Amino acid sequence: MGMNLKGAAFEGWRRENGRMGVRNHVIILPVDDLSNAAAEAVANNIKGAMAIPHSYGRLQFGADLDLHFRTLIGTGTNPNVAGVVVIGIEPGWTGRVVEGIAKSGKPVEGFAIEQNGDINTIASASRAAYKMVKHASRLKKIRADLTELWVSTKCGESDTTSGLASCPTVGNAFDKLWENGNTLVFGETSEITGGEHLVAKRCRTPEIAAQFMAMFDRYQRVIEANKTNDLSESQPTKGNIEGGLTTIEEKALGNIQKIGKKCLVDGVLDKAEAPTGPGLWFMDSSSAAAEMVTLCAASGYAVHFFPTGQGNVIGNPILPVIKITANPRTMRTMSEHIDVDVTGLLQKRMNMDDAGEALLDCMLRTADGELTAAELLGHREFSLTRLYESA
Amino acid sequence: MTIHFVVHDEGDSVGVVVVEGLKAGTRLNGWIMDQDRMIEFDAKSDIPIGHKLAIKAIRSGDTIIKYGVDIGRAVKDIGAGEHLHVHNVKTKRW
Repeated sequence: MGMNLKGAAFEGWRRENGRMGVRNHVIILPVDDLSNAAAEAVANNIKGAMAIPHSYGRLQFGADLDLHFRTLIGTGTNPNVAGVVVIGIEPGWTGRVVEGIAKSGKPVEGFAIEQNGDINTIASASRAAYKMVKHASRLKKIRADLTELWVSTKCGESDTTSGLASCPTVGNAFDKLWENGNTLVFGETSEITGGEHLVAKRCRTPEIAAQFMAMFDRYQRVIEANKTNDLSESQPTKGNIEGGLTTIEEKALGNIQKIGKKCLVDGVLDKAEAPTGPGLWFMDSSSAAAEMVTLCAASGYAVHFFPTGQGNVIGNPILPVIKITANPRTMRTMSEHIDVDVTGLLQKRMNMDDAGEALLDCMLRTADGELTAAELLGHREFSLTRLYESA
Repeated sequence: MTIHFVVHDEGDSVGVVVVEGLKAGTRLNGWIMDQDRMIEFDAKSDIPIGHKLAIKAIRSGDTIIKYGVDIGRAVKDIGAGEHLHVHNVKTKRW
């Protein structure tokens, strides 16, 4: 007898744009690398505010700049965020990020450093953050139907146990959430190499399959144009190889177990693009863990499923990352990083429905506020995807 | 009974070792997941957890099957029960 998700609910915060969040962060968001120091100073001044430093935002142009803005605006708009203080070196691009986030109706204020200096900017931004954290701390949680929870997935430091057990566990949970009407996403375009025909077959319509294959083929051309060998040690990574994965095809077939047996791909997304309805979405994205999870957060996802074999320790500043492993050595040596232990699958001590339900149970507890391993350990990896060199 | 290795599908060329410290010469219990069937096998190499053993004799150039799907090609002959990894199997992509 499977878990009945109909009528299941969680408690979170209803945001101004109608979306439900499961965390209540006030973030200090730099527009560019130069503004990290001021952002971190504000977060140090005001308890309960969190800086999200990053490495980019200068001299980008074209599609790469669009992606930069989309990612920052999406991060600020994410329903796990209650309010945003934006800091940039100059007012133009700072204003662009503020305006983008303001469209969600969320409290947001911007500050520029030029003609003020760090110290005055930090003072003004700290006063804004003070009010925002006070405001956020007064917001009441409400109960919402489980269908309002957006769930993303991406695996990392995969090994053969990922494809045997931890990725199929996500697949089992995704099948159930998809039937329930949740909004889901997977991606990792390069890491589907060898299983692309299987994903194409799972697309709901021939048009969606063609869109998926166009994204897949474009990424293959990037790899073909830039590779200097067969990519071994990059894809699969050195850690994957240590864990027993031999080829990209083997890794990909394990990876795509995350979309289960029943879900259909209902549409495709560009990087950091928000989905327009429920169902399973494919996002054209990097397979690097922090980049992909950052893009999921920027698309508006509220909880993340992260199967790992060898023990990737990733977290995200605003998106709770739930880690699942089936590798008994990883459980023995680094259990503090794991939220859901499915090692029993490999010894037939649990079946796939048991594992899927253990994950869904952890998801509901996380949505209700229980901290994940990555949150407890302070993992806040925020990595922006770059498309090409700066101007 | 300890399961020493797991095979996705009965048509596969390989199984995955799921216990630590496996030594050559060990009599292994293997579980074929999709058909839910047990098989026995002798390990011919020391094989780390997560790594694969060949469950049939493979010739250089043969396609390696896992999940019932092509995962690459052998670049050396691999005996049944031997360690199968990057030293004897390569991608067909890239």
